Amino acid sequence: MTLNRDYSLLGEDSRRAVELGLSQAQWYRTEVPRKRMKELMRRRNGPAIRDTLLWIGLLALLGGLGVYLWFSVWSLLCFAAYGVLYGSASDARWHECGHGTAFRTRWMNIVVYHLACFMIMRDPTVWRWSHARHHTDTIIVGRDPEIVAHRPPALGHIAANFLGIFDVPLAFRHMVIHASGRLTSEEATFVPDTESPRTYWTARVWLLIYTAVVVACVSSGSILPAMVIGLPRLYGAWHHLMTGLTQHSGLADDVTDHRLNSRTVYMNPISRFVYWNMNYHVEHHMYPMVPFHALPALHAEIKDDLPAPATSIAAAFGEFMPVLLRQRKHPEYCIHRQLPGRANAVGSSS
Amino acid sequence: MPNWIVACGIDDIDREDVIPFEHNGCGYAVYRSPDDMFYATDGMCTHERTMLSDGLVMDHIIECPKHNGRFDYRTGEGKGAPIRVNLKTYPTRVDGSTVSIDIG
Repeated sequence: MTLNRDYSLLGEDSRRAVELGLSQAQWYRTEVPRKRMKELMRRRNGPAIRDTLLWIGLLALLGGLGVYLWFSVWSLLCFAAYGVLYGSASDARWHECGHGTAFRTRWMNIVVYHLACFMIMRDPTVWRWSHARHHTDTIIVGRDPEIVAHRPPALGHIAANFLGIFDVPLAFRHMVIHASGRLTSEEATFVPDTESPRTYWTARVWLLIYTAVVVACVSSGSILPAMVIGLPRLYGAWHHLMTGLTQHSGLADDVTDHRLNSRTVYMNPISRFVYWNMNYHVEHHMYPMVPFHALPALHAEIKDDLPAPATSIAAAFGEFMPVLLRQRKHPEYCIHRQLPGRANAVGSSS
Repeated sequence: MPNWIVACGIDDIDREDVIPFEHNGCGYAVYRSPDDMFYATDGMCTHERTMLSDGLVMDHIIECPKHNGRFDYRTGEGKGAPIRVNLKTYPTRVDGSTVSIDIG
């Protein structure tokens, strides 16, 4: 067990993971008959069009009311809800459309993907490749660029990101780097050279948009334009941090079985709408081809081979928060999942 | 020189689906298109080592089950990120009730 982990993609643990065969490994998958899996993987436009119309409609309604009622308690309440739809629902839309599974029609995935990327301030190209790596090497230290809770965890950093305090300045720093025609050294490890010009041009366009927002704020003497574009990524980020933390926190790293490093959580319907069913997270990692609307059915199909889900968001936090607190002094400590039945998974940590 | 190998029976594959086929340690994917034509490609995705036969066939596209990389299985052409290398394809022919592929 490595006590001092190096989470950088260029460090010692990255080299070690490759040497040990933890990178690009064969991962455990619960068997699902091909005929049933084809049904589960089937693409449909209906659920995503319905949810997207509702999402955009609510953004327009709540944003419009927030502007109309500005400045009052009512406008702040509207913006509180608008912020979650902007700064958190965009996280789930970026993710699902990035997989290409939200809609059957390709261009619909692309349009919503780019809109959501702008809202969540993630470059569409960099994050497409980052997320591919996350699925190849899920929670493999030194390989997975999307590990949120390191060991030991930076709890203050994580807490501040409930309001985007670190994430948003970092996103702007990356925008400036990209706009100047460069990738960061870590990004260069997983983004092919041929793809990088897209990143540079995206950053330039985004910076122009944010400059226009700042100019509008200064010229109007009000932060209202930024309340609509940009600031919701701060004041509405809390929901995606909350749900995102339930995905892997406190669980084992450097294993090749998603049942040991990912968590499925039952949650309320509003959070499931915002999060687009990614609460079925073990299922999503095991079968990334299954669209968000079919994940409950996949869960029903394979749940007997998975660890018991957390029964609520609160229950998930109740499980991993004590572990994260303990990891501050004992980073080797983590949750070791008990697997059902035959499941003594490959790569189970000691 | 052509080297035709019987890969499967025509009824072994549903329309708009794919099955794996192995010969001499090499893996192939054999497809049946919605218009009832048969095609064959290498078995593994060119992005990372994942079996395409676990993926989803939609019209003339095979989508990799791991990272959703897409290929036109008729030509092997990759259809964008994360695919950067096209897929090798093989000629096929139907002999009665069997599908053969020319592995060269």
